[in-house]
Amino acid sequence: MKKIKWKHYAVYFVLAFCALYFGLQASAGELSFSTLLQLEQATIAMILAASLSLVVGFLGELSLGHAGFMCVGAFIGGKLSTILTEAGTMGEIPVLLICVVIGGLAAAVCGIIIGLPALRLRGDYLAIVTLAFGEIVRSLFRNAPESLFGGNLGIRTPRYDRNELFLIGFALVLVTVVVIKNLIRSKHGRAVTSVRDSEIAARACGINVTKYKLLVFTVSAFFAGVAGVLYSYSNYQVSSAKFDYNYSIEILVMVVLGGMGKLGGSLIAAAAITWLSNQLQLKLTGDLAVLKDLLYALILILLVVYNNAPALKNLREKLSIRNLMVRIRKKHDPSKVHDDDAKWDRIPTKIMVDEVLSVDVQVKSPYTPDKAKKEDK
Amino acid sequence: MDTVLKIENLGISFGGLKAVQDLNMEIREQQLYGLVGPNGAGKTTVFNMITGVYKPTTGRFFLCGENLTGRSQETINHKGIARTFQNIRLFNNMTVIRNVMVGLHNQPEYKCGIISSILRLPRHFKVEKAMRKRAKEILEVVGLLEDRNNLSCNLPYGKQRKLEIARALATNPKLLCLDEPAAGMNPHETEELMDIIRLIRTKFNVTILLIEHDMKFVSGLCDEITVLNFGTVLAQGKPSEALNDPDVIKAYIGG
Repeated sequence: MKKIKWKHYAVYFVLAFCALYFGLQASAGELSFSTLLQLEQATIAMILAASLSLVVGFLGELSLGHAGFMCVGAFIGGKLSTILTEAGTMGEIPVLLICVVIGGLAAAVCGIIIGLPALRLRGDYLAIVTLAFGEIVRSLFRNAPESLFGGNLGIRTPRYDRNELFLIGFALVLVTVVVIKNLIRSKHGRAVTSVRDSEIAARACGINVTKYKLLVFTVSAFFAGVAGVLYSYSNYQVSSAKFDYNYSIEILVMVVLGGMGKLGGSLIAAAAITWLSNQLQLKLTGDLAVLKDLLYALILILLVVYNNAPALKNLREKLSIRNLMVRIRKKHDPSKVHDDDAKWDRIPTKIMVDEVLSVDVQVKSPYTPDKAKKEDK
Repeated sequence: MDTVLKIENLGISFGGLKAVQDLNMEIREQQLYGLVGPNGAGKTTVFNMITGVYKPTTGRFFLCGENLTGRSQETINHKGIARTFQNIRLFNNMTVIRNVMVGLHNQPEYKCGIISSILRLPRHFKVEKAMRKRAKEILEVVGLLEDRNNLSCNLPYGKQRKLEIARALATNPKLLCLDEPAAGMNPHETEELMDIIRLIRTKFNVTILLIEHDMKFVSGLCDEITVLNFGTVLAQGKPSEALNDPDVIKAYIGG
């Protein structure tokens, strides 16, 4: 009998539990309008974070245009849902499902179109191209004929029952996580992570690097598109102003906060950032609203320092979840635990967030010339 | 015996620097062929050319009669040339067995579509199981079976070198190119490695081309060698003859 590794399924259980818990509360009518809205936003953020985590955490490339793919999904899906609802031949749920698929596919096509030329680039250059892509898509939709995508104001989308929409959101998160996790935990996922660890060695093993980069980019774009459609349903209105550079960064913060290559972490971080962002929006009004963006920058800088500084290595090991698990297991059954189990460092990825955001992190080496001179005297 | 690798007038220049010129080599089936020379002689450049990292500026090379000059790294690997690296390039965040399984990725018998992986169709489980089994077999040959669940970056240096060989073997090559396999190993480990190399030659029916500085290793192991210096061939032939060539001694010792 093969032992089932429960930790691989923990994410599914937690998600299902959350959906069930909030679903029951909602059906009892105990959730306020703002809570429901926040739940929807959290599911959207989770899909975005999970899909970006595929590119950043598992492929090790930095994409700063994730909001662009979401924008495509939101506009195409939103427009389609308006048309289909007006036609009135189908129920609400089939319309939503069709829109989700079509919106996702539209974004995926964009992923392929942008991916084919862009994935020949690496690191910072890829980040620049994806950043430009995000902005180009946004202005394309803004400057499209007003009859089509409504120009500056954007398009209005049909209303949907709030008590149900967040459950659909949870279902979509679950689909996203299942697909991404299954992809990662297969031979194809191994190929993707091998590209992250050493592209030249992956090529020497006969891995078709371009194919896998394109695959990851496309899958990631698809789910960003799905999140976009969900957003159009949640917001009743889609305008291009939402999908700017800052929003891409917000998604990136979720992924980095959750830990590179940690899907569950990204989901938790997505929920946490959504909650935080909502709280801040309530508290910081007027001129203080700028502080919100500042906070993201601050979180990102602190995380980069925390994750990379050699001086904090011991602290990292102490605070890591792995260490916690090892300690729990030690209490439970000391014989099975090795001392090395707790020793571990975060996955170093090719991307250096600090480089892209021009935050220079330099940690002083323990050896300083001044000290040496003093000792000489 | 059939020729596995045939190199004709192969050469490459970087700007004005002619890194390798007019290289002619012929490696026959099941041979253990050595490529030696002082530092900067262009040995690794030759490897990079025949594995597709660099595109040769002149000449051609053939694997079992098929011209592979200028093909991509992936294609050349599919056709049957695998390599290891001088500075170890393992997939550090994967376990030992997964490193080998990446090598198995392109074998036709482990073909499995992306869709069947995502939907977890029976094909996926079957392929994973078969790959795991095959990877274990390969690891056993190089003596890493016990370490299969360790992260590859936690292995000692000598074992990392062996893992690179295992990963290259997993791609089922006709020609295995080893770039300084014994570098950084102690004499005991070197002995062990020589046995392993002899073993894999017969067990996997593979032809081996290796770069090495350790002359004892080369003369003890290789059937034939080519000595390079400044990108040109100094001597070719049996190790005992080629290494005693006056030009070769001059290149190594100076004078």
